[in-house]
Parts: sequence; structure tokens; C-alpha cells
Amino acid sequence: MSETPLASLPKPAPTEGHPLLEVRKLRKFFPTRAHTFGLRRQWVRAVDEVSFALERGKTLALVGESGCGKSTVGRSILRLVEPTGGEILLDGAHIEALSERRLRPLRRRMQVVFQDPFSSLNPRLTVYEILAEPIRNFGLAQGREAERARIARLLEAVRLPRDALSRRPHEFSGGQRQRIGIARALAPDPELLVCDEAVAALDVSVKAQILNLLADLQESLGLAVLFISHDLAVVEHLAHRIAVMYLGRIVEEAPNEALFAAPHHPYTRALLSAVPVPDPFAPRRRIVLKGDVPSPLHPPPGCHFHTRCPYAVARCREEVPKLRSVGPGHVSACHFDIPLAS
Amino acid sequence: MALSSLTKRRLAVFRAHRRGFWSLWIFLVLFSICLFAEFIANDRPLVIYYGGHWYFPVLFDYSGDTFDPAAMPTEADYRDAELQASIHTKGWMLWPLIPYSYNTVAYDLSAPAPSPPSWRHWLGTDDEARDVLARVIYGFRLSVLFGFTLTAIASAIGIAAGAVQGFYGGLVDLLFQRFIEMWSGMPQLYLLIILGSILTPSFWVLLVFLLLFSWMHLTGVVRAEFLRGRSLDYVRAARALGVSDLAVMWRHILPNAMVATLTFLPFTLSGSVTVLASLDFLGFGLPPGSPSLGELISEGKNNLQAPWLGITAFVVLGGLLTLLIFIGEAVRDSFDPRKILV
Repeated sequence: MSETPLASLPKPAPTEGHPLLEVRKLRKFFPTRAHTFGLRRQWVRAVDEVSFALERGKTLALVGESGCGKSTVGRSILRLVEPTGGEILLDGAHIEALSERRLRPLRRRMQVVFQDPFSSLNPRLTVYEILAEPIRNFGLAQGREAERARIARLLEAVRLPRDALSRRPHEFSGGQRQRIGIARALAPDPELLVCDEAVAALDVSVKAQILNLLADLQESLGLAVLFISHDLAVVEHLAHRIAVMYLGRIVEEAPNEALFAAPHHPYTRALLSAVPVPDPFAPRRRIVLKGDVPSPLHPPPGCHFHTRCPYAVARCREEVPKLRSVGPGHVSACHFDIPLAS
Repeated sequence: MALSSLTKRRLAVFRAHRRGFWSLWIFLVLFSICLFAEFIANDRPLVIYYGGHWYFPVLFDYSGDTFDPAAMPTEADYRDAELQASIHTKGWMLWPLIPYSYNTVAYDLSAPAPSPPSWRHWLGTDDEARDVLARVIYGFRLSVLFGFTLTAIASAIGIAAGAVQGFYGGLVDLLFQRFIEMWSGMPQLYLLIILGSILTPSFWVLLVFLLLFSWMHLTGVVRAEFLRGRSLDYVRAARALGVSDLAVMWRHILPNAMVATLTFLPFTLSGSVTVLASLDFLGFGLPPGSPSLGELISEGKNNLQAPWLGITAFVVLGGLLTLLIFIGEAVRDSFDPRKILV
């Protein structure tokens, strides 16, 4: 898309010097049901000191197995769950402790696309009503005519036919529904889009279409995208930077090419070896991890990954590895520099 | 507004449920007849044509000397033989089908009250020489109207309370639940007896009193629906779009919670009718002399030698409750998504 159909509203001038989104030491602990006599309450450490930054117009992918806390990070940023600790800065301003009322005008600037295209749209509303809600809510169109025009532009942006407006979500396929979800997220003209497993529930061919659409939209609208996914193959095509999460912590963060070319952390390597390669004769050395992900109720001491790491030594069981620089813009939380070939 | 396919399907299931469908019609016919009770059973004529003028005693009050110069200028007693004779000299009058109201005492009984069914009193009279059929018609109307009003207001309060609990959850939910547990432990009947010694229990006093307790019936269901609803993705999306809590509850969760709620309503209605009847039976209900089905049961119990009292009360109350239960079953079935339409 050459022109930007939605760039109709003046955006706040980009402030120099800080990224659009910055997350510092974000923590989210969920309480479990209290002990029988209410003596000891346990905490699920879903997100434990996660930090990253996202520049304007860039895509950061947050990758990890299910249950590693990546969706909780996304929801905390949107304040759909209340973070337990840490800082979230949108355009340099703290939003982690804002009241819902003060937060409301900022919600326009960050939007979300969910995984399940079936549960993410209210089955009782027509597409028009779904798309009109954010526009009315933020007062983005004066009068019926302006509203219609804006919604028509949205439909065009996500490439849905115009006659979709009067229909209800159940009349659409999964891919079309996801387009509606994307249109709804774009309706208030956001700067940050959180895609929470946005393509995980779609068929492969539809997945590719939606990914291309997201890439186009990002380019034409200058969106910053936080792309949460468990699928490295999907992320490879979309992300500028990739952060790998394991059990509530980021274990490695690197530019896209660097991560795929020279993964540093043993967990990242295991993940990469599991990505399917479309060549049956390609030589593959699959790293199969032993055991299961430990319970986030009782995370192992030291490096969270040591219970499954083929290289673990005594130090890994005691000392939490810090994220350290292992290349340009490339950080990894492993004590050792294990050679790639091993 | 065009009916959605779901609504059409529900109507079709309801119609296919013959028993419930016919029950609804019988109930509607009986209820609309009873709504016009004053025109069917009354101790005033419907129309009087007297001295070239039209009079409508059902609607307006006239003094006695309007029709009979010899009568006192007080409210006309149309059952007075002299007044009737005077009217017939200069015109005519048309009586309702049953020339007795619920509180008309028939002085010209052929047998001592309670007198058995006869041509003049189709269902006989009660022990105070009042026409049972007239009392049943007024009593049916009162019971149903009381039930409707109680159900409507109690449901509105119950839904609001359940919605707040389920939507906000956490401490609000915890405190509210404990309050409901305590409140539902209150001994209603004792409180009502105490209240009865302070206030005369009129229609509205009873209604408010019963409301204090009956709103709790629905809160559980609605709370559960809202607990489920608030974690749906489209509810999360609406929150991310900055939609206010009230709008999220009203627009996105309530319509889906209403299905579970609606299926309860006919049963709540029959429950309200039963409560009023039992309070009247015990003598803690509506003031003495009110046309109530409960009072008729108690008269039947006190006059076992006059079985028409007890039988009438049984048939009317039993019939009313059966109709409501059948309607309730049909409503429940038509909202059941697994119901297969044959």
C-alpha cells in the first residue's frame, strides 16, 4: 500500500530520545488459592523482571513456549492485568500506576489484536457497530458521515469487502474475522499494536495473508508492533528484534538476523532446531530437551533453564545469569559462551 | 428490526414445544380477561341509560339522587331495589356478566353462607357471602400482577448486583458474597410477623419486603456469567479500547448473560405467586378482604363442609402455577443451544 488510508489524525510529534514503549523490570505474580488455613499464599511468577524497549515503527517479537508469560507481558502493557511491579513507559511517560480514568486517553495510542478470531468479536454486534465503538468512544469522528467514511477507510485498509458492515462475526471465516479484529484495533489510530498470538489460530495460507497485511499496515502507518508468538517461523518474516522468554524471564534478545544466525542461549538453540525446514533432505540436528517446563509456582533456583539444559553445571543451579552483551544489540542470559557447533 | 436467525430459531423451538406454547396462549387469554376484571365482575352496571342520558358507573361515581330523587345524595348503591326500580322507569341498565365485585356481600342467599354453587353464584359464595368467582378473577389478577412486579424489580436488582460482583471480582465479590450469605440466612417469616405488627401489610409494603430477599435468586447465575464474560477476548478488547465499565457490562456481557437469566424468569414468577399465596394463607399477607388466592385456600380449610371453596382454590392456583411452569420449560428449551429442532 502506497498511501496511508488512516493517517488522517494529527499524531503527537515524536519525542526524540526515548523509545515508544519501554518496559523496565516488569513483574506480574498471580496468587494461587490460599492454603487451607489461609497461612501461606503461593505466587505464580508469570513475569519476573522483564525489560525491553520498542522503537517507533519497529516490530519486537516476544517468543516462548505456552505458559512462559509472554501474553501476560502484553496484557500488562495494555493494563488489562495490573502489573505487580516494574515500570511501563509509553513515549517516556509512566503508565504502570495511572488510574483507569487517566489511562483512558492513552488507550487510544495502544491497541491489541487477540489470538482467537472467534472469541475476540462480540457475536451480537454487526461489523459496523464493532468498528464504530472505538471511534465514538474516543470521539474521533464528528457526525454520522465522518464516522461512515472512517469505517470505510478501515475496511479498505484490512481489505474487507464493503458489504461486510451490516453482517455479524459468525458470517465470516477465521481470517476475515481476524481482519475485523485488526480493523477494530486500528480504528483509534494507535501507535503501538500488541498482537497476542494474532495468527496462531489460523490456517497456514490465511496466516500468511494476515502476516502480509500486518507487515503492510506497519509500514504504511508507522506502527510499532509487539508481536507475541510461540512460532519462530512466523516471527522470522516480521520482526526487527526478537526476545525469547522462558519461565517468566527474557533469556535472549537480538536483532532478527543475529538470532537466527548465531543464537547464543541453549534454549534459543533448542527452539530454533524445532522450527520446521521446508526441505526433507536438509541435514537437521534436532536438539530435544528433556523433561518439562518446571512449574512457575516453584521455579528452579539459579538459571531457570538448568533443569533441562544439556550444558548445565553447578554454577547454573546457584547463580541467576544476568543478561549480558554477546554481540551488537545482542544480549543473552547464559553464564557461558558455548560454541555453536557443539 | 429484523429478527436474527438465532431469535427465529428460538421462536421455532418455542412453537414446537406444544405444551408450553398452548400454556402461554391460555395464560395470556386468562390474564387479559382478568385485566378487565371490573368489566366482568362488578357490583355496578356497565351502562345506564336514564332520562335520555348515558351513564357509565363502572368508570365514574354517581350519587344516588342522580337516578332516584328520593335517594340520599351519597354514592349510588346500584344493588338497592328501589334505585333499580327508579332506573327501570326511565331507562335501562346493563350489568356485567357477574354482578358481584370481590367484596360485594350477597344478602339474598338461598342457603346460609358459604352457599353452594348455583345459577347466581357459579362457584358458590365464601363464608362471608361473597361471590367466589368474582374473588377468583380479582385474585388471579392480583397474584399475577404481584408476581410480575416482584419478579421484574427483583431481577433488575439481582442482575445489577450479580453483574457488579462478577465484573469486578476480587474483594468486591468476596464481601458481596459474604453479605448475601448472611442476608439469606435472615428468618423472613419472623421478620414479616414483626413487620405486620408495626405496619399494615399492603400490596406495596409486602412487595418491598419480599424484594429485600428475593433479589438474591438471580445474583448467583448472573455473577457466574459475568465472571466468565469478563475474561472473553472481546471484553478485553473493549477495555483496551477504553470503553467504560458500565458500557462493557451493558453492551458486551449482559446480552450474553441474559440467556441464562431469562430461562429462570418464569420459574421466579411462579415462585413469587406461591410466596404471596402462602403468606395470605398464613394471614401475614395482604389486608383482610383483599381478593387473594391464599385467603381462599385458608377459607377452604376453615370450611371443609363447603368443598367448592377448597377445590376452586386448588384448581385456580394449581392451574396458574402449572401454566407458568410449562411456559418456563418451553422458554428454557428454546434457549438451549443443544436442542435439536425436529
